[in-house]
Amino acid sequence: MNTTDPQAAKRGRDEINLQLNETEREIMQVIRDFARNEVKPRAAEIDATAKFPEDLVKKMGELGLMGLPLPEEYGGLGQSYILFALMIEELCAACATTGLVPDVNISLGAEPILMFGTEEQKQRWLPQMCSGEKLGALAITEPGAGSDAAGIKTTAVRDGDEYVINGSKVFITLGGVAETYVTSTVTNPELKDKHRHMTDFVVEKGTPGLSFGQPMHKMGITGSPTVEVFYDNVRVPVSHRLGEEGDGFKITMDTLDAGRIGVAAQAVGIARSALEDCLEYATQRKQFGSAITSFEGIQFMLADMATAIDAARLLTLRAAYLHNQGLPCARESSMAKLFAGDTAMKVTTDALQIFGGYGYIKEYPAERHMRDAKITQIYEGTQQIQRLVIARDLLKKLRA
Amino acid sequence: MNIVVCVKQVPEPTGTNRIDPKSLRILREGVDSVLDPADEFSIEAALQIQEANPGTNVVVVSMGPDRALEAIRRGLAMGANKGVLVSDANLAGSDALTTAKVLAAAIKRENPDLVLCATESSDAYTGMVPGGIAHHLGLPLLSYAKKLTLAGGKVQIERQTEAGFQRVEAQLPAVVTVTGSINTPRYPALKGIMQAKKKPVDQLTAADLGFSPEQVGEKGAKEKVLGWAPAEQRKAGTVIKDDGTAATQIADFLAQLKVI
Ligand SMILES: Cc1cc2nc3c(=O)[nH]c(=O)nc-3n(C[C@H](O)[C@H](O)[C@H](O)COP(=O)(O)OP(=O)(O)OC[C@H]3O[C@@H](n4cnc5c(N)ncnc54)[C@H](O)[C@@H]3O)c2cc1C
Ligand SMILES: Cc1cc2nc3c(=O)[nH]c(=O)nc-3n(C[C@H](O)[C@H](O)[C@H](O)COP(=O)(O)OP(=O)(O)OC[C@H]3O[C@@H](n4cnc5c(N)ncnc54)[C@H](O)[C@@H]3O)c2cc1C
Repeated sequence: MNTTDPQAAKRGRDEINLQLNETEREIMQVIRDFARNEVKPRAAEIDATAKFPEDLVKKMGELGLMGLPLPEEYGGLGQSYILFALMIEELCAACATTGLVPDVNISLGAEPILMFGTEEQKQRWLPQMCSGEKLGALAITEPGAGSDAAGIKTTAVRDGDEYVINGSKVFITLGGVAETYVTSTVTNPELKDKHRHMTDFVVEKGTPGLSFGQPMHKMGITGSPTVEVFYDNVRVPVSHRLGEEGDGFKITMDTLDAGRIGVAAQAVGIARSALEDCLEYATQRKQFGSAITSFEGIQFMLADMATAIDAARLLTLRAAYLHNQGLPCARESSMAKLFAGDTAMKVTTDALQIFGGYGYIKEYPAERHMRDAKITQIYEGTQQIQRLVIARDLLKKLRA
Repeated sequence: MNIVVCVKQVPEPTGTNRIDPKSLRILREGVDSVLDPADEFSIEAALQIQEANPGTNVVVVSMGPDRALEAIRRGLAMGANKGVLVSDANLAGSDALTTAKVLAAAIKRENPDLVLCATESSDAYTGMVPGGIAHHLGLPLLSYAKKLTLAGGKVQIERQTEAGFQRVEAQLPAVVTVTGSINTPRYPALKGIMQAKKKPVDQLTAADLGFSPEQVGEKGAKEKVLGWAPAEQRKAGTVIKDDGTAATQIADFLAQLKVI
């Protein structure tokens, strides 16, 4: 479906259409109600206890959120990526931990299988992700290879009808909780071309030799488990290989290209929530005999926050639109993630500032937003890596 | 088994209703309209019966302007099978009795075994419509159900009372009004929203149901709203400082209100 027609890509960039139809509006209404009534009241507790919100994930599965943009034939709802971005924003505005679960499940767990899997692989793994019964995760990062994804060391060696995987991964979101791990490995370490040496496999939980570390203690998004994953002579059948040998790097990059839309949407949601909380507080807080919102210094901060959030949202929705049209969106999703992540960090910092001393206290939500925001500048490619992607695309176009 | 659920679209019940000073009707323009949250409990009750008795047909019926279709759709998205919208310019300004009369005629076409209503609507809350429907259909009315069970061709409810509850039953078909404590309404699954568009909705006029323009709407209304006034502002509370007798003072105060 991915078109490489440059004219179409250019048109897509100039002519985005974000109009929702009636069904989409009704869907958003339910998502909003759910986020506001069921998720938001839980955010502080999930953050404080660092417990995975299993019950909310179950509910999201029942409602259909866990497979929103995935095709109906695999149990999804076949809705647009624009709606997907709006959903992640809405859920993350309620609780960043809860909101990232469908994002990881869809963008990282399901998409590589949807894009590169065989019909049999899609039938086997996608329905359980769409229903939320069994989640999907993506395992690229290793202790020695983060930004340099091609530098991974985990190996897969063919042995008859099987591959034997050895190595370890770190920082794997939903590790231990998820059922499937799209795992990047090196199958051809001798190869000169450093982009054809990798191969991806779907490794199922319970496979002998696969084990997980304890959840790492994190600054934010505390309720989502982030763990080390160990592969000790893990045997997977050839039928678990995604694409051909050597396709791994492309699969990983294509997955992250679209995946960043979800992180951008997370960032927009967190920033929006920080602004909403801060507006509520600031209109009530009185100093020097009047509400602090009467001070121009505060008003200008609020105006800048709102403007940045809207800009971030529009960049995010543009990338979502392009992806939805099957157009390339690597540059646009990087721009969205870069700008939205930085916006989330700036807005949550400013929101805390407007809360004053109370912002620094855990009883108020401001410091949680700030801690949750930080991850959006790091995962699925740090901000520096986003700039790299954008600049390379710019320069490639200049050369062409 | 056929269950009819009567649903009303109401102005989003967050703020206070604004009243048009001329017509003395609730202003509905420029206000977000939603399926009356009170009706979600009766829809949920119907769906639970449906889940326990496969093959049960759940029909949501509403009388209101064209956009009341949205309220019906929400019911369909939750899982009801069919909608009926009675909508007609002649119906504007109907009073509770007329509303009941028209609804009864629409409900009758569905050949119901059970008719569910909320105890009262969230906007006009006269609470008269369900009784009117039961009257026109010649059916028993069980009110204030906080629990509802069906067995052996009968419906049994626990009727909420101030002191506790009464257990009452009636032969089907019957009309039952439910309270907000009967269940926790589900969110419509997103798939339900998508499917709701494909479910049938009958659109009927007053004439379709055999009523002349004179029998309904403002002309047919036997009840006339004469005026309205905002509720009295709440007076400031009394602060009791504890000098050792606060507990007695509070108890006396509550006893005076007949709360204890
Ligand atoms: C909570 C959390 C969840 C995660 N979830 C997952 C997951 O589910 N799956 C997964 O595979 N990974 C996951 N990660 C890993 C994440 O994607 C990496 O941490 C990230 O890509 C950065 O890699 P690194 O931590 O090794 O940092 P490094 O790559 O060591 O980077 C260190 C610093 O150097 C900068 N830098 C690196 N290279 C360059 C360059 N060429 N130019 C300029 N600056 C550069 C970086 O921007 C950064 O500031 C997760 C991480 C966290 C913290
Ligand atoms: C000042 C004032 C202004 C009013 N303005 C208006 C107005 O602008 N428009 C208007 O429609 N009414 C208006 N009414 C109300 C009107 O007179 C009737 O009372 C009304 O039609 C009956 O509805 P209710 O909300 O009182 O029903 P209730 O008896 O409180 O409703 C109980 C249940 O009956 C069912 N039911 C009630 N009405 C319907 C319906 N239309 N379709 C399907 N099921 C239903 C529902 O299950 C509902 O939960 C006004 C009343 C007052 C006092």
